[in-house]
Amino acid sequence: MSGKMKHTGIAAEFNPARRKFLGAIAGVASVTLAPGVILYGITRSGDARARKPGTAASPDVRWGLLIDVNHCDSGCDKCVSACVEENGLQGHGRPATDPQWIRKVKIHDPDTGLSQSLPVMCQHCAEPPCVDVCPTGASFKRADGIVLVDRHRCIGCRYCMMACPYKARSFVHEEIEDQKTYAPRGKGTVEACTLCIHRVDSDRLPACVEACNDAGGGAMLFGDLKDPNSEIARRVARYASQQIRGDLGLDPGVRYRNLST
Amino acid sequence: MKRIIFSEIDGRSTGFRGLAAVLGGFFLIGLAAVLYVEHAGHYVTGGSNQVVWGLPDVFAMFLIVSASGVLNVAIISSVFRKTPYRPLERLSCLLAIAMLLGGLMILVLDLGRPDRVIVAMLNRNFKSVFAWNFYLYTGFIAVVVLYLWMQMERRMNRFILAAGLLAFAWRIALTTGSGSIYGVLVAREAYSAIMGPMFVAMSFSFGLAVYILVLLAACKGIDREIGAVLLRRLGRLLGIFIVAVLYFATVQHLVNLYAAEHSGVERFILLDGGIYTLLFWGGQVIIGGLVPLALIFISSRGGAPLSGRTVALASVMVIVGAFSQLYVLIIGGQVYPLPLFPGMEVSSSFYDGVINTYTPSLPELALGLGGVALAGLVVLFGMKLLRFMPATLANARTNT
Repeated sequence: MSGKMKHTGIAAEFNPARRKFLGAIAGVASVTLAPGVILYGITRSGDARARKPGTAASPDVRWGLLIDVNHCDSGCDKCVSACVEENGLQGHGRPATDPQWIRKVKIHDPDTGLSQSLPVMCQHCAEPPCVDVCPTGASFKRADGIVLVDRHRCIGCRYCMMACPYKARSFVHEEIEDQKTYAPRGKGTVEACTLCIHRVDSDRLPACVEACNDAGGGAMLFGDLKDPNSEIARRVARYASQQIRGDLGLDPGVRYRNLST
Repeated sequence: MKRIIFSEIDGRSTGFRGLAAVLGGFFLIGLAAVLYVEHAGHYVTGGSNQVVWGLPDVFAMFLIVSASGVLNVAIISSVFRKTPYRPLERLSCLLAIAMLLGGLMILVLDLGRPDRVIVAMLNRNFKSVFAWNFYLYTGFIAVVVLYLWMQMERRMNRFILAAGLLAFAWRIALTTGSGSIYGVLVAREAYSAIMGPMFVAMSFSFGLAVYILVLLAACKGIDREIGAVLLRRLGRLLGIFIVAVLYFATVQHLVNLYAAEHSGVERFILLDGGIYTLLFWGGQVIIGGLVPLALIFISSRGGAPLSGRTVALASVMVIVGAFSQLYVLIIGGQVYPLPLFPGMEVSSSFYDGVINTYTPSLPELALGLGGVALAGLVVLFGMKLLRFMPATLANARTNT
């Protein structure tokens, strides 16, 4: 399944020749996602969805995730370790203060006895409270829906952490060494999942999604929610999905399928 | 109206020097704590990714909320024309500025990047309550300085009412803004819109308690007398403010209890929250509310005078209650887990679904006390440099 998802326009590696080829054959295709379920259409798989260098993110795009909880193995945390590796989040062995951009959450329904496991990260809200409360404008939402922190503007007041209903943000409590050049971080500032913008901007999947696919989980689907032909848009249109604390009206860009809450 | 004589304090006594040295010491220890935390990183504090605002914020909020409260004494005099309070106007303004500076010092130095405070000045998100508060705090100092000028410059005395009205409006906005820092957070079940007005009531009570203690200490230190009438008035006014705070706390919890979804956090604060439950009932309600209330009104029944000792004791208890209330509100509101999946049992490596722990660290305490020390130093040297203190507060002058 992971391989199939890569053909949906959110390719693993940026490859101009491949993109051109895919663009040429773009039309109608079908992919078997699961036994008995056929999804049609990778019509825009060759679109240049990545942001060209020097150009602004497009408001015509809204990047999002669809996470199928039924496909998420409770014992698997490949998405978490991929995020740690990709963004250089190695901790200091102090779980209360070490940052976590993505975590596996176990939920148990005491009424029915059902237990589930799912990854939770920044939900990239359309109406992000972290952006509203940030005094300096360091918390911001990119035009394509990705919520980020400008590490040069963050003063470390942590008000965004108070405001986030998802506990998605971490404060850098200690000195950082061996940072990744594409994921700059800073002691005394706040940080969270960036949806791997450095990858997305070069037409690659976020590290967590790629790791889930590689592990054969296939629980995470990344794509453009505004593109009616994208697989994620088709899936959320066809199958029921939900947002965590959807009642708050924040319209997260991360949706979950088969979540029993 | 009789002219009130104000004068500087001598400032050469052993008491003055000793107090200045102690406050200076606490201030320097606070700065040293900041250097340590900024160098090592915030992991050396009691804070974590679960409890992001700790003891320094409790101190900062106490000072900021009380700052606008101490100003009430001046406002009662110049806006509400209660002449017995006229000799107390100037000290009220000085205390307001000093406490706000102390609170701001703590807030700024508790930032992850206090060196970037200039960034906060140059980049403003006007949707942020924090950004509004930046204007409310700095504007407050400017307004109170203006107000003080109207009082101290005889030619400007005719503008006291106008300046007092402006200061009154500003201080109400400031405390509403401070409470709204918490009130606007949809994520936290412990907080609600009542925080704004509740903080106004808290400021009245906490501020007057601080004012009374400073006044009693200052008068004792420089051998100036306080009339029994004034003391009785101040004490009974404090009693009324205590009732106001208890009223808001009652409404806050009763309304939150009514919503089934908030029953968990209410149960935590009111029933089985350990230290938070203890601080709520023992600190906030009993020591900070019911006992001083009883002390003031029982002692002053039938026109009986209130002794300085009684009023001071009630004021100290109000301040103990203030710290308890702010601790329960700020930290208790964070240790209770966020309800990501209401009705579910939740667990993760990131402390989802569990009551978080917070133990204040020594550097945080040092920073908090450093802010209090700064406020004390500003008051002490303010009184030495300018004419803030009335020559007498004896009955003859105050009972007009």
